Amino acid sequence: MSEAAAAAKKPLPVVPFLKIPEKGDPYLEGLRCSACKTVFLGARDVCAKCGARKQLEATKLSNKGELYVYSITYRSFPGIETPYVSAVVDLEGGGTVKGNLIGIEPDPKKIKMGMKVDVIYKIAPRKDREGNEYLTYYFQPAKS
Amino acid sequence: MSDVYVLGTDMIKFGKFPDRTVPQIAAEAALLALDDAGLTIHDMEALYCGNLMQANAMVGQRVLQQIGQTGIPVVNCANACATGATAFREGWTAIKAGLYDVVLCVGVEQMAGAGLLGGGGGGKGIPTEGLLGSGTMPAVFAEAGMEHSRKYGTTFEQFAKVSVKNHWHSTMNPKARYQIETPLEEVMNAEMISYPNTKLMCSVNVDGSAAAVLVSERKAKQLGMRRAVKVAASILTSDRFTLRDLTMPDVNTCTREAAKKAYEMAGIGPDDVDLIELHDCFATAEILHYENLGICKDGEAGRLIDEKQVYLGGRIPVNVSGGLLSKGHPLGATGIANIYEVATHLRGEAGKRQVQGAKVGLTHVIGLGSACAVHVLEKVAS
Repeated sequence: MSEAAAAAKKPLPVVPFLKIPEKGDPYLEGLRCSACKTVFLGARDVCAKCGARKQLEATKLSNKGELYVYSITYRSFPGIETPYVSAVVDLEGGGTVKGNLIGIEPDPKKIKMGMKVDVIYKIAPRKDREGNEYLTYYFQPAKS
Repeated sequence: MSDVYVLGTDMIKFGKFPDRTVPQIAAEAALLALDDAGLTIHDMEALYCGNLMQANAMVGQRVLQQIGQTGIPVVNCANACATGATAFREGWTAIKAGLYDVVLCVGVEQMAGAGLLGGGGGGKGIPTEGLLGSGTMPAVFAEAGMEHSRKYGTTFEQFAKVSVKNHWHSTMNPKARYQIETPLEEVMNAEMISYPNTKLMCSVNVDGSAAAVLVSERKAKQLGMRRAVKVAASILTSDRFTLRDLTMPDVNTCTREAAKKAYEMAGIGPDDVDLIELHDCFATAEILHYENLGICKDGEAGRLIDEKQVYLGGRIPVNVSGGLLSKGHPLGATGIANIYEVATHLRGEAGKRQVQGAKVGLTHVIGLGSACAVHVLEKVAS
């Protein structure tokens, strides 16, 4: 296999703030404002909280967090498998991220707001029109 | 600065009108409001038109092409679900500024077939709906409700009761899309869309329009104050930065700020309000806004619905029109339809659903993204 073909096989990140380093594990990246310490997802030049310019520094976000809130989606767009648990998670050290919570029954009696969750990374079950694979993140109940 | 009055206002019965154009639907409400004011299009000095889904299509001008091309300035407004209220507020602002004495504000939307809103994604890569949670509106507002559950233990049943109430109210409103009572079991057992919002806890996609003629105090006195309603406050806010807002839209902070400023502008407090039309786009949302609008303390919203304090005949009736849940939610029309509802009560013309002795009413809408508009209307002392 040529190098180009091998590179083409590399999965793409599902969102720009999911980073896939050449070596080491994938991670979520935030931008922390050095003036007010607020953490953002995605590229920006100005802090939306304090207005500081050019003071946003890339920071590796934690793979541990706490379930803030969730909903269980039963009706979605055509072709999207339901139900799924839509979760908002506060990561340790800053950053609030939305994603699917997996590894738990989609049942309000089982899901506890405030429960500890881990961020895990998997190949997404969807490809784009060109057939590219994507690496995505999920939340699952914390192991320990 | 002049006080501003609603001299005429009306709405069409919300429904599905696939054979009509957006300007045709808008024109009907515009003519009704002009008739209600006893004026014609020739008396109007400007038109403020709210429409979301054809925001690039000069809807306001096309309305005038239906009802009279008098050459007046037209401003087309789009502000998500706050679109109609924003158009109304633009008219209010122009009169406040002394530019005009008489303006027409129209809100319109053709929603039928729009289906599930939000979460579309698109663009580069793969769709993220159902992969990175849900961006659908029922899910977004379910999560907003779950935040209330997390803080105060609010239950699925309490959220569902909102829908029972608003559907009951709508049985008394001939202009609502539906006039059907929905008992609690029916609401809770309806198809689950996004827990805890069932289908009967989601607002109805309908076509509709509403309009209002706004006048300066000078003009109101000249034309007759008998049915005029004073706009005692008009406030628009956007989403101030809060910790999770960019991931999970915060509909609370912008509402609280708008309500506080509106009460200040009107020189009243929440206890002075006799009825409220608030943004029940989903049953979960209504619960949040009881507290956001200050009609109860934080954490008491569940009790408010349990004790039926927000029912017609209760301490502070909320959404006696049937609300977005049953009257329907044509995005661009909703903000002005709320004005029509409250004005109708202040005029004592609301029929079976009349809030007895209503003197002050409040309207509230949220456009996700976010825009919050709050208006306070007052009966003119006679």
